[in-house]
Amino acid sequence: MTDARRVLITGIAGRLAGQLARALEQRDDILEIVGVDVREPQHDLRRTEFVRADVRNPLVGRVIEASAIDTVVHLSTVATPRAAGGRSRMKESNVIGAMQLLAACQQAPTVERFVLKSSAAVYGSAHTDPVSFRERSVPDATPRQGYGQDVAEIEGYVRAFGRRRKDVDVTILRFANFLGGQADGAFQSLFNLPVVPSVLGFDPRLQFVHEDDAVQVLERVTSGDHPGIYNVAGDGVLYLSQCIRLAGRVAAPVPLPFVSAVASGVRRSGRADVTMDQLRFLQFGRVVDTTRMRTRLGIEPRYSTRQAFEDFVRRRRVRGVVAREEVVRWERELYDFLQRKGQDRFLHAQRDGG
Amino acid sequence: MMEQHAEVISMAEQRAARDARDSGATRDGVSDRPRCQASTAADRPCRNYATDGPLCRVHAVQQGERPTPSDASPPDEGPVEHARRQGRDDAAAPAGGGSGDPAGAGSRAGSGDDGSSDATAGDAYERIAEEVRRRGWRMAIDGLAALDAVDSDALAEELSTLAGFLRRRLTGDYDIDDFGFDEDLTTNLLMPLVRPLHRHYWRVASHGVEHLPADGGGLVVANHAGTLPLDAIIARLDIFDQTGRHARELGADLVFRTPFIGEWARKTGATLASGNDADRLLTAGELVAVWPEGFKGLGKPWKDRYKLQRFGRGGFVATALRAQVPIVPTAIVGSEEIYPMIYDLRLLARALGVPYFPIVAQMFAVPVFGPLALLPLPSKWVIEYGEPIDTTAFGPEAADDPMTVFDLTDRVRDTIQNMLHRNLMGRRSVFL
Repeated sequence: MTDARRVLITGIAGRLAGQLARALEQRDDILEIVGVDVREPQHDLRRTEFVRADVRNPLVGRVIEASAIDTVVHLSTVATPRAAGGRSRMKESNVIGAMQLLAACQQAPTVERFVLKSSAAVYGSAHTDPVSFRERSVPDATPRQGYGQDVAEIEGYVRAFGRRRKDVDVTILRFANFLGGQADGAFQSLFNLPVVPSVLGFDPRLQFVHEDDAVQVLERVTSGDHPGIYNVAGDGVLYLSQCIRLAGRVAAPVPLPFVSAVASGVRRSGRADVTMDQLRFLQFGRVVDTTRMRTRLGIEPRYSTRQAFEDFVRRRRVRGVVAREEVVRWERELYDFLQRKGQDRFLHAQRDGG
Repeated sequence: MMEQHAEVISMAEQRAARDARDSGATRDGVSDRPRCQASTAADRPCRNYATDGPLCRVHAVQQGERPTPSDASPPDEGPVEHARRQGRDDAAAPAGGGSGDPAGAGSRAGSGDDGSSDATAGDAYERIAEEVRRRGWRMAIDGLAALDAVDSDALAEELSTLAGFLRRRLTGDYDIDDFGFDEDLTTNLLMPLVRPLHRHYWRVASHGVEHLPADGGGLVVANHAGTLPLDAIIARLDIFDQTGRHARELGADLVFRTPFIGEWARKTGATLASGNDADRLLTAGELVAVWPEGFKGLGKPWKDRYKLQRFGRGGFVATALRAQVPIVPTAIVGSEEIYPMIYDLRLLARALGVPYFPIVAQMFAVPVFGPLALLPLPSKWVIEYGEPIDTTAFGPEAADDPMTVFDLTDRVRDTIQNMLHRNLMGRRSVFL
């Protein structure tokens, strides 16, 4: 393996990809960075070359060959139908795009490493889920629709590619929900609504990963030799109800029979992109085990799930109905009052005794 | 109530009265109704009109003389207004402390159901209003002061604890573990709610607490009964109160599919009864509680009470062997009698996708007592924790040996059955 690397990043216009490119630009052992996307990236990139092309375009194959790319980082999977312009186009761009990219990589002898940004959505979401998914655990029901199905199919193709090209190290990163970026925007759009919809009688356990940690992990696997599958998530777990309280918002529980009607209403109103596969996620949630990330990649997430969420609330200025400072102030005032009363009483007792 | 008295003395009349007093002469023509003959607290003559007697309504009340019911209650008062006022009176009365009589009158009026109740209510209202007027808001303050004097330090402590809890819940400032166990909620809210049931309703007596491991992993295995899994909740609380440890329950997958029940099960620390989750809990050194009979035990007919059902496939024994933790067989006596199940509507249960559809004895009392009849029966409970079974003698590899697992499962089952019989022999009656 060569030390200096030439990296191709798909979906460079994405926020995560931009940050990864910036991090890689700082490194001396990365010789060349090529970004591919249909949109022009808005980030402040210096060394990165930009190729305006769809991943499905044969141009990508020629770029890989011409620049002698040895590491391909596939980040262009879209999570929400709206970003891709409809569910069928999302599937087309996600699955067919990955297939075309893999076909191009298979032709290119220089490719030594393939990094896929996948999602914990491949584990699906069900009441029979284990407390946390390990990389090897197989869920009872694989996701049969939406983003989860897409990433499951893409992972399948990538693994098949790894079997065909044994000389290529394949790394699959299964990220928990992102907050803050555009990367996995479906969940956070719930917090754009005036009230946060939830499923009545269910409280999903959630895990988040902060962008900085995601970039840290991507940088590590892009520059180092870490084949395999890794779950990436912040420490700890939050309930949806707890998230709503942390953000100071109000929950709007919807009874199960009406959930899909409400979801399609919300989707049509265009304020949040709630898809059907997310509804199960809103019922049962999902937690992944990150032991492998810690031991094999040697990464300690800087942000826990809760810190990632609080950072999201701060940056997005999610306006709360219940202001946290207010509640804290009320409590402090009560404490002060009680303390004053206690002191008064003590002084009285002193005076009476003396 | 002030408005009401304002009606009695209109501004014009007041001015007239003042003029009359200033000029020292009595002017006729304003009104020839007789005035009250009592004098006010300031030793001036009362200027209210007298009711039927020589006194006005206010002074009639003070002197224990009741005014006629006819004008005691304003005629335009609607029932809602009346009820609201009634509630206010009842709420205000206990704070008074000294004013026991108006409170009594208020409650008496509240229980009346015929036409005269309005009048008595009005009467009580008058009297309380008068009391308030005489003493001002002092009595509310007196009440608070009295409360303060009772045990002010403990009260302050309680208040600040409560405020802290409320603040944490409101702002989401609490931690849950990976399983979703919300310890803050469980220990500070849910357990105190269940504790009266444990102490006073079922009067749980527990024996053999010393057999529960004080630290490190352990598997509590108990019998399951009573149509609703209340025995799991009570046993859980009992273990917590005796040892200060949270026993983490393992629940069937149906539990986690059901709205509300699944949510609360997770929040109280239960998790899915699968080898994976149980292994994780036990290796983390948690105390785990399991009811291997499952729905077969919960939904068994009354005639099979205290007969242990099949113990699943012995998965819990394999888990304990893998983690090398002791198994504590536990017998719960009393839970069978809370909902005696007379019949199981199997067809309906199958149609609804639930394991059983119980017809319990209490349902026949519903026509007589209403929904109150559906409360569980207050049987006397005994929980006995038996001698722990050491699994280290078998070694962790025995978990893969079906013979050892079956033997051990039978041993646990027999132990619990014997403990059940022994405790059943020992009890005086179901309810005492």
